[in-house]
Amino acid sequence: MEIETVKPTEAQLKARRSRSVAIALALVAFVVVVYAVSVVRMGPAVIERSF
Amino acid sequence: MAFLNRTILEDRGAGMSEATAGDFFALLKPRVMSLVVFTAFVGMVAAPVAVNPFIALTAILSIAIGAGASGALNMWYDADIDALMRRTASRPVPAGRVKPGEALAFGLVLSVLSVMALGFLVDWLAASLLAFTIFFYAVIYTMWLKRWTPQNIVIGGAAGAFPPVIGWAAATGSVTLEPVILFLIIFLWTPPHFWALALFKADEYGRAGIPMMPNVAGAASTRRQIFAYSVVVAIVGLLPWWLDYAGAPYGAVAAVLGAGFVWYAWKVLRMADGDREMRPAKLLFAYSLLYLFAIFAVYLADTVAERAFGLPGV
Repeated sequence: MEIETVKPTEAQLKARRSRSVAIALALVAFVVVVYAVSVVRMGPAVIERSF
Repeated sequence: MAFLNRTILEDRGAGMSEATAGDFFALLKPRVMSLVVFTAFVGMVAAPVAVNPFIALTAILSIAIGAGASGALNMWYDADIDALMRRTASRPVPAGRVKPGEALAFGLVLSVLSVMALGFLVDWLAASLLAFTIFFYAVIYTMWLKRWTPQNIVIGGAAGAFPPVIGWAAATGSVTLEPVILFLIIFLWTPPHFWALALFKADEYGRAGIPMMPNVAGAASTRRQIFAYSVVVAIVGLLPWWLDYAGAPYGAVAAVLGAGFVWYAWKVLRMADGDREMRPAKLLFAYSLLYLFAIFAVYLADTVAERAFGLPGV
């Protein structure tokens, strides 16, 4: 049985790396923003909630 | 035991994208975004409510991403005409670095994300205004007005004028006359700014089939309209002082800036019909950018000075 796979070019690999880093940074920034706003909105109550 | 024969093919551009993060960033129209961020920031600081810095940062970030998302949707839809103009031919989609589908998905995802973030984390009135702005720019302006009427940038200018109102709404949860005047300054500034550009880029707009004012009504009519709008902008720029939202120093600077605007527009009005270089139009285009930045900067300085030093009207 023969399968065909595609080997990305150097330019494609480089571009994918750049996109991956950007997505990672954006996600980290998003998490930080949501965390920071949650703390600001809830204040000390953020650790006083009953679960 | 089965053996697999693998044939490795070199991907020559048909499959995996070669778009870099920089190409996607370019889809957000960073230069337009910087003006959006600045005017939204001024609207937020001018509001009579102290906003927590994290909330303010989140609001500005959401507004910037929403504005960028509408830019990406604009570049997706306009790729055909962007390819025909030197000014826009190197944009990521017409240049082939980003596929149209990628730009569309990027714009849609960021639109939803920015509106949701602004709504859940800051304020829903601001979020609904941001959603309306994105819709207005991407659908009303880009898809409808731009290729249909020479009033395209007059009406479409509303999209660029909303950021200070969104900033104000993010801080206060409401909209009053003060941010509406900031809206009016940008709204009325848009026609002379873009028509100055359209005068010296008329050939390119004509080639792309976009009905800009010089291509439809002629250069002479456009020059008259530029002058009329410039006079109105100069007057509206003084409204914050007249209505006591800003102090005398703001009024003085706004008067000087407005006089400069009218002066450059006058030079455009007096421009000869056969002027190929159109230096007055290029000067007005450059000055108009300086004007908008400067008048918002003075408004910001006036507000901050009043808060920091308790100086009424300074």
